[in-house]
Amino acid sequence: MSAGGVVAPSAVPTARVAAVAAEVAAARGRRRRRGASVALVVSLVALAAATASLLLGAAGLGLGDVVAALAGQGSPKADFVILRLRLPRVVAAIIAGGALGLGGALFQTTLRNPLASPDILGVTGGASLAAVGSMLVLGLEGPAVSLAAFAGALIVAAAMWALAWRGGLTGIRFVLIGIGLASIVSGLLGWLMTRAEVREASEALVWMVGGIASIGWEELGTAGAALAVLVVLTALFSPRMPLLALSDDSARSLGLDATRARAVAIVLGVGLVAVATALAGPIAFVALVAAPIARALVGHGQAGLAASALVGTAIVLVADLVAQHALAGLAVPVGIVTGLIGAPYLLWLIARGNRKGTDG
Amino acid sequence: MTRLAPHALRAESLTLGYDGRTVIEKLDLEVPDGRITSIVGPNASGKSTLLRGLARLMRPESGRVTLDGRDIRSYGPKEFARRVAVLPQQPVAPDGVLVAELVARGRHPHRGWFGGRSSGDERVVAEVLEATGTAELADRSVSELSGGQRQRVWIAMALAQRADIVLLDEPTSFLDVSHQLELLDLLTESNREHGTTVVMVLHELNLAARYADHLVVVDGGRIAAAGDPADVMTAETVGAAFGLECVVAEDPVAGSPMIVPIGRFHRSSQLG
Repeated sequence: MSAGGVVAPSAVPTARVAAVAAEVAAARGRRRRRGASVALVVSLVALAAATASLLLGAAGLGLGDVVAALAGQGSPKADFVILRLRLPRVVAAIIAGGALGLGGALFQTTLRNPLASPDILGVTGGASLAAVGSMLVLGLEGPAVSLAAFAGALIVAAAMWALAWRGGLTGIRFVLIGIGLASIVSGLLGWLMTRAEVREASEALVWMVGGIASIGWEELGTAGAALAVLVVLTALFSPRMPLLALSDDSARSLGLDATRARAVAIVLGVGLVAVATALAGPIAFVALVAAPIARALVGHGQAGLAASALVGTAIVLVADLVAQHALAGLAVPVGIVTGLIGAPYLLWLIARGNRKGTDG
Repeated sequence: MTRLAPHALRAESLTLGYDGRTVIEKLDLEVPDGRITSIVGPNASGKSTLLRGLARLMRPESGRVTLDGRDIRSYGPKEFARRVAVLPQQPVAPDGVLVAELVARGRHPHRGWFGGRSSGDERVVAEVLEATGTAELADRSVSELSGGQRQRVWIAMALAQRADIVLLDEPTSFLDVSHQLELLDLLTESNREHGTTVVMVLHELNLAARYADHLVVVDGGRIAAAGDPADVMTAETVGAAFGLECVVAEDPVAGSPMIVPIGRFHRSSQLG
C-alpha cells in the first residue's frame, strides 16, 4: 500500500517541495499566532467585564473588599454581596455565554449556513418551552428542569432533521423548517403562559427573556459540570468539523461518515444550548453572532470552536454589564441587551444573503 | 513507478438508483489498473451515478462494487479513502477557507482519531501544491480564486489523499479549453509519475478520447461500449449513444479518434 507514502514524485524537485512546506508551515504559524492573540484580547475583554461586574453596584465596595471576599477573608457584607450576588452572576454569564457560543458554532458549521443557529431554528425555543412547561405544569425544579430543557431542544432538533433531511443537506431547507418550528414553539409557549397563574407567568416571563440574576451556586455547579463534559466531548469531536464544513460527498470521500458525524455535532450543540437555556433562559442571539464575530476577528475561514466559545462568553459578560448599569436604577435582563445587538446583525445577514443571491 | 500494489476496482451486476428510480442497471465494469479511464455518455445516461457508485457515495440497490476482491462497503471510511480519492462534481469550499487549509484536509484519511498532523502530512501537502501549480496560492482564500485555479486546488486536495485510485466527476466542466487541457495534463502527469489509476466522467468527447487509455460509453444506465478509444469511438457508437450524426477523423495532434459532428445544415459537405 502506498497509503501515507511520502515518496517525492520525480517531476517535483525535493528542494522546491521543502521550500513550499516551510512556507506553508510558516503561514500556519502566523495564523495560529493571530488566533492566539485574538483569544487573548477577547479573554481580556471578558476579564475586564467580569471585574467591572464584581466592582460596580450600590453596595459601595472597593477593589480591596472584592479581593478579600474572593480570598475568603471579606467582611460579612462583602461576602454576601460578592459571593452570593455578584460572583454567581459572573459565573453564570461565563457558562451560558461559552455554551451558546460553542453550540451556535457547531450548528452553523455542521449545517453550513450562518443563519442555522439554534435560536433561529427553534432549538433554543424547544429548550425554553420544555423548561417553562416543566416548571409551570409539572412543578419541577433544579436539574430536572435542565433535563427537560435538553429533551425539548432535542425533540425540536429531531423534528427538524426528520422534516428537512432528504438524503442530504439541501440549501436553505433546514433553516426554513427550523423557522417554522420556532414559531410553533413560541406559539405553544404563549399558550402555556396564558394558562398559568399571573405570578407564576411573570416569573417565567422574566426567565424567558434571558436573565442571570439570582442564580444559586447549586445550579451553577450542575450547569458547570454538564458544560465541562460537553466541552471535552466537543474537543474530542472537533477534528471532524473542517470536513463537515465541506459538502457531504467531499466529507465522505475524505473518509468521514458525514451523516453520523453531523448527528453527533447536532446532539452536542443541542446539549450546549440546553445547558445555557436551563441556566439562564434563552439569551437572544448569542449563538447566532458568536461564531461569525470570531471568524471576522481571526480573519480567515477556520476560526475554531474555542474562539467562538470565548466570544460568546465575552458577549454575555459585556451585555450583562450593560444590562445592569447602563440605565441608572433600571436593571434589565441580559437577553434584552443581546437581542438589541443581535437583531440588527440578523437583518444585515439576511439582507446581505439576498444581495449575494446565496442561501446565506 | 513508485506505486506499490496493483488494485482491482470492479462493479458486479451493479444497480443504482434514487428513490426507487433505477439509473444504472445490472452493470459490470472493470477499471483497468494504473490507466486513465474516461466515462462518457449523453445527459442523464447515468455516468455520474456510476462514478458515485464506484466512489461509495451511493448504496447499491443490488449488486456490488469490489476493491481488491472485497465489497467496498466492508472498508472503514478512512481505510477506503486511503485507497480511493473522489472529487465530486462542483465541490463547494466554505467561505474564507485558505488553499493550504483545504488541501491539508486531504490528509484526513491518514490521521488518527485525534486528527494530529505529522511532518509527513506537511511534505505531501507541499508536494501536491507544487505539482498542481497552486503553491503560490497557498495563503489565499479559495473563494477568491478563478474557476481554473479553484479546480486545481480541489485536485490538489484529492491528490493529497495519496490514494492509488482517483475518481473525478466532470472535473473540467465550467473551465475554458486551455484550463481543461491543463487539468487533464495534470491528471495524466499524476498517472505517469505515480501510476495513479484515474477514472473520470467527461463531457467533451474529443478530450476524453485523447486522454483516456480506456473509454467507457454509458447510455441508458448500461455500458454501450468499452475499450480502447480507437475501437470504441466510432460513428456508429457515438451516433447510437448521443443521437448524433458525426464523422470520426484522426486527431492531428494525438492520433486519437476525433468526433466531427455534422448537424442539420452541413450534411452535403460530409460527402465532399
